[in-house]
Amino acid sequence: MELVCPAGSLPALKVAVDNGADAVYIGFRDDTNARHFSGLNFNDRKAQKALDYARSKGVKIFVAINTYPQPSGWKRWRQAVDNAASLGVDSLIVADMGVLAYASDTHPDLPLHLSVQGSATNAEALSFYYRQFGIRRAVLPRVLSLDQVRYVAETSPVDLEVFGFGSLCIMAEGRCYLSSYVTDESPNTRGACSPAKDVRWAETSNGRESRLNGVLIDRYQEGENAGYPTLCKGRFEVEGNVFNALEEPTSLNTLQLIPQLTEVGIKAIKLEGRQRSPAYVEQVVRVWRQALDSHHQNPNGFAPTQDWNEALDAVSEGSQTTLGAYHRSWQ
Amino acid sequence: MKLSLGPILYYWPRQQVEDFYQQMATAPVDYIYLGEAVCSKRQELRTGDWLALAADLCESGKQVVLSTMALIEARSEISALRKICDNSPCLVEANDMAAVQLLAERNLPFVTGPSINIYNAYSLQILYGQGLQRWVMPVELNAQTLADILKDAAKLGFVDNIETEVFSHGKLPLAYSARCFTARASDLPKDNCQLKCLDYPDGLAMDTQDGSDLFTINGIQTQSSASYNLVAEWQKMQDIGVDIMRISPQADNTLGIVEQFADALTGCSLPSSLPEGQCNGYWYGKPGMELLQFEEIS
Repeated sequence: MELVCPAGSLPALKVAVDNGADAVYIGFRDDTNARHFSGLNFNDRKAQKALDYARSKGVKIFVAINTYPQPSGWKRWRQAVDNAASLGVDSLIVADMGVLAYASDTHPDLPLHLSVQGSATNAEALSFYYRQFGIRRAVLPRVLSLDQVRYVAETSPVDLEVFGFGSLCIMAEGRCYLSSYVTDESPNTRGACSPAKDVRWAETSNGRESRLNGVLIDRYQEGENAGYPTLCKGRFEVEGNVFNALEEPTSLNTLQLIPQLTEVGIKAIKLEGRQRSPAYVEQVVRVWRQALDSHHQNPNGFAPTQDWNEALDAVSEGSQTTLGAYHRSWQ
Repeated sequence: MKLSLGPILYYWPRQQVEDFYQQMATAPVDYIYLGEAVCSKRQELRTGDWLALAADLCESGKQVVLSTMALIEARSEISALRKICDNSPCLVEANDMAAVQLLAERNLPFVTGPSINIYNAYSLQILYGQGLQRWVMPVELNAQTLADILKDAAKLGFVDNIETEVFSHGKLPLAYSARCFTARASDLPKDNCQLKCLDYPDGLAMDTQDGSDLFTINGIQTQSSASYNLVAEWQKMQDIGVDIMRISPQADNTLGIVEQFADALTGCSLPSSLPEGQCNGYWYGKPGMELLQFEEIS
């Protein structure tokens, strides 16, 4: 399986390449990509440097143009596609049908991957994108169990990439508006979820409180680890009980599923985290490279080592990991 | 301007569903959407029952549309979807791209529901080319974006061949997950959910720790807590080219809301303000949860 690694900056890209990425995915410095955070991502000059560095080491570059343009922004998305094409990147990761059509009509030789934000969870949906736009690969949303992944892989007309590690979206990507309901930005519209501009922290007599645009997301007592107030990971009250009603602060970690994912024919593993530091990228890419190589050398004897899992836990949200939807009992 | 009744997004006992549609058959709505759009475990009415109910309602003179599921993951869900696409006596609403594909393959016209991502006229044009007759705008978009999309669709030459529908009343469908949050709230796994959704005919409230309403849990779907209400916007909608306003069913008083909208459309009675517990922010380009009163808007 190909190892597809995140980079939000040139230093992150370099450590991803140096530690064994087969491909690195990046975004431009605007709302055309789903990690539109301040100080992150690549302008044209940095993107060229990224490409040069990756090429010199035989590593591919994918560019994510995976948010949904509204009419007022259309030219920016079109420009992003043209920029990526003129850079000569290895593929575009796209969600919107209009952008897919523009890219396939204007740059027919540029390979297209359907972004996880395209929200295709079954072979029929994938067939639509294959038939219409000739996509070569799709990234599956993090909502399928391993059996369901197997079924999609058996019937998909295109190669599949799945998330292996990182921050866990528990909603079907591309169809979650929780963030724009509370703030004015969502992944689809602005490439942001629970945006930092709306986050406020306060020490109160009830404990340390995190709020998103005034809405109380969580409250921490002394000694509790306070996490970033992502909407779906706060503690809320349902029928008198206060708990993580949607999900705990946790990261996806599927090291142990490498044999099964390989066996069902998954072609690439994606690591999440373009917003994370070069140190995070280095750690995670290195572990995954070792794990994939170890599996390749000895498929039958493969087992994740304690070192690997500890290294990944250390950089995980809330220092805990889960198999997420791959494991039926999580659902 | 026409009125539609969206699919029931909750899990109601069979009798309640039948009673509901019997009442709606004579209510002042022009279009009725029906079918299971949220969870395939909800089998009080099976696919065949929905097909039969749709056929019955067609007789009542309503324009009927069969809605399909928003998140399709399992093989059995694809089979059920195929059955609907092959046998529907009426138009089908696609809520997942799988349905778009199956309907386009069969050269059948279709409606796209609010969970199909159409954010610009180019996307709309592609689906129009595949058989789209009507689309429901994604709920997070605002009036200006909608106006721009329809202007672009006019330039591209197809706007007169499609209808535009806007989700205009009810708790907003905001997200879909593999996980069932209703089962989770009862500490049950999804595979043994005991059909808990039957206990919550308007979903399950999820509040902040300081007691504010936030979301509504509805199985694998997360909705707003506040009810979206765009009744006051109908004229503006008409001006920018909206054809249909959608009312989403709730357990009590759906008929009252339908009548209120129908009265508003005659121009005679608009409410002077919207009550607490409602929202309309999305339409004005604000956070969806916000409630703007009329004096702030005009």
